[in-house]
Amino acid sequence: MITSESFTEKKATRDIYLPPERKTVDGGGESHVVAKDFSIYYGEFEAVKKVSADILSRYVTAIIGPSGCGKSTFLRAINRMNDLIPSCRTSGSLLFDGEDVYGKYTDEVLLRKKVGMVFQKPNPFPKSIFDNIAYGPRLHGMSDKKKLMEIVERSLKKAAIWDEVCDRLDKNALGLSGGQQQRLCVARTLAVEPEVLLLDEPTSALDPKATAKIEDLIQELRGSYTIMIVTHNMQQASRVSDSTMFFYEGVLVEHAATAQLFTNPKDPMTEDYITGRFS
Amino acid sequence: MNIGTRKILDRSFTAVGIGSIIVMALALMVVVVPIVSNGIGAVFFTGTVEHRKMLRNEFQRGDTQHLASEVASSERYRARVYEILGTFEKELEGMEPALKRQYTSKYAQTRTAIQALLGPLPGDTTPMLTRFKYGQTRWEKAEEKLHDLLYESKWDNSNSEIMGKEYFVSRSNAFKGTSLAPLFPYMKSNIEKMLLPEFTVYWGFITDSSVDSHFFGGIWPEIQGTFFLAMGAMLFAFPLGVIAAVYFTEYARPGFLNSMLRSANSTLAGVPSIVFGMFGLAFFINTLKVSESKSVLAGSLTLAIMILPTIIRAAEEAILAVPKTYREASLSLGSTKWNTIATVILPAALPGILTGGVISLGRAAGETAPIIFTAAVSVGSAIGLADVFSSPTPALSWNIYNLASEHEAAAQLRHVQYGMVFALVTIVLLLNLSAIVLRARISKKMKG
Repeated sequence: MITSESFTEKKATRDIYLPPERKTVDGGGESHVVAKDFSIYYGEFEAVKKVSADILSRYVTAIIGPSGCGKSTFLRAINRMNDLIPSCRTSGSLLFDGEDVYGKYTDEVLLRKKVGMVFQKPNPFPKSIFDNIAYGPRLHGMSDKKKLMEIVERSLKKAAIWDEVCDRLDKNALGLSGGQQQRLCVARTLAVEPEVLLLDEPTSALDPKATAKIEDLIQELRGSYTIMIVTHNMQQASRVSDSTMFFYEGVLVEHAATAQLFTNPKDPMTEDYITGRFS
Repeated sequence: MNIGTRKILDRSFTAVGIGSIIVMALALMVVVVPIVSNGIGAVFFTGTVEHRKMLRNEFQRGDTQHLASEVASSERYRARVYEILGTFEKELEGMEPALKRQYTSKYAQTRTAIQALLGPLPGDTTPMLTRFKYGQTRWEKAEEKLHDLLYESKWDNSNSEIMGKEYFVSRSNAFKGTSLAPLFPYMKSNIEKMLLPEFTVYWGFITDSSVDSHFFGGIWPEIQGTFFLAMGAMLFAFPLGVIAAVYFTEYARPGFLNSMLRSANSTLAGVPSIVFGMFGLAFFINTLKVSESKSVLAGSLTLAIMILPTIIRAAEEAILAVPKTYREASLSLGSTKWNTIATVILPAALPGILTGGVISLGRAAGETAPIIFTAAVSVGSAIGLADVFSSPTPALSWNIYNLASEHEAAAQLRHVQYGMVFALVTIVLLLNLSAIVLRARISKKMKG
């Protein structure tokens, strides 16, 4: 459990992450994912260095920074996707809903159910659209065809792709366009009803039109899910997010409300980065 | 390197490539064309009345009334042959001893040649072996036998420097002046009326059991045995191979033991099949005693061990070729590792795994050496599914070898050998073809 001391400490500083116009949304704005002195190593290499951060529930948090700064690594640490890399280990604490993500008795399968992820490249399974969406619910024991259909419809509607695919649910998902595939992936993640949605550069493989659709989608989902999005595109970060984290060489340089970070960055390094003096 | 040299190099390489493909295609033609043409001849041929008699007596097939009328018309012409033979036999009795001795052996040869053509003559005791109960069943064989009757084959060994040369002497000259002399022109001109050749489609070649050591074809026990052995091998090897591949790719930690296991697997793939045959005898039959003696079970297990490395390798490659993103997607949805393997990775790898499996199936169907000591017998009837644990079985691969080299009448059974080879090649080809089709269909389904 998170200690009461650190919690109050965070509570005091939390307001700086919130955009002025959206202080509370449906009881959101609580600490959801909390990192404290959290480091990630690949073998000897320290990819993420002692990051302490507080990600608030039902808000959109963007992570920006130059390539190789550890932003994706940090994101993937939250639902333990880094476990796939054998040499990867962590130190410090990372709490999700007050529970240690890397705890000895943490069930990573349950964690990933609550912390969904959408990847850089659209990666639908080579199955039908229906089976793609129903994959998660089926995994978690849902077999009632009618209920599955409801979930599929609801998820696809949430991901704003229902109108485009409702008449070909039995067709292979790989037949969709890249943008549609990515929204399908979002729908697939939403179908297991996660609390957190991790988006790892979700638009980097898409054209501008599809990117706009994904951004609209993020706007739609804001307020219902805690969303974290890694992006290279600073305009995107400023458009979609409530708060922004800037990583540089594994260090969390600055974490502030998006409007503040982009207009009045505290750290000179952040300023250099957002004004494009280095990348 | 200047551009001219580069172009010449490119062109010459293309030429060499195309050339080697053409050479390969020609070599393949040289092998396949005789197999196909002769193999088809095992089923489609010009059959004689003797063939129809054989079908009637051994398999109760054919139109009895029509056959009876055919036999009657054939016998009308044969009667004259019997008459000539009878007359000559009487003449032989009355000859003076020296002349009699000279003619007796020649007459015996002639009589045997006629028996070979027309079957047992009146007054002969019924032969024990079925092959001697009938004359020539195939017209092209009958023509050969007719030549044997008309001409005596002799060898010219006068020049000891070179091999003896065969030459033919007309028998009718040898019997000039005797009452047997008219036989030869009569046989020559009336052979068709005695044997009544007509175009025959003998599907029984494939679907019958063999009569008298494959003398008249009948390779169903072999086809069924091959099927049982190959399927049995797959039953053991396929699940085991896929599980091993999953272990190697998903669970094994890289290390000394793992790399040893992998290289052992690769080495196993290169072990000669006869070694697997000896191993099967020593291990499955003598040590484990899976059966008293040779059995389909022991043969299948031996074949399974032989094809296992190939299946493991193919499955490994197929699993490794599945994009990592599928794995990530599945795990990120809260799937367990095992579930990810079962519902995402294996289905995506299925085309590759199946291809490896079917190629191995083809290999299992075609291998001879592993089943010599463990499962194969040269002659036998088709066994039931319940007998696979205890009975050996004939199988195409082994019987092709047996018929071509060990059969007592190998030279007379070329058409049966070719028929078997054709059947085996067709089975293996069909298996591979089905693998290609299956793969294409699954891939298409996956690509959408």
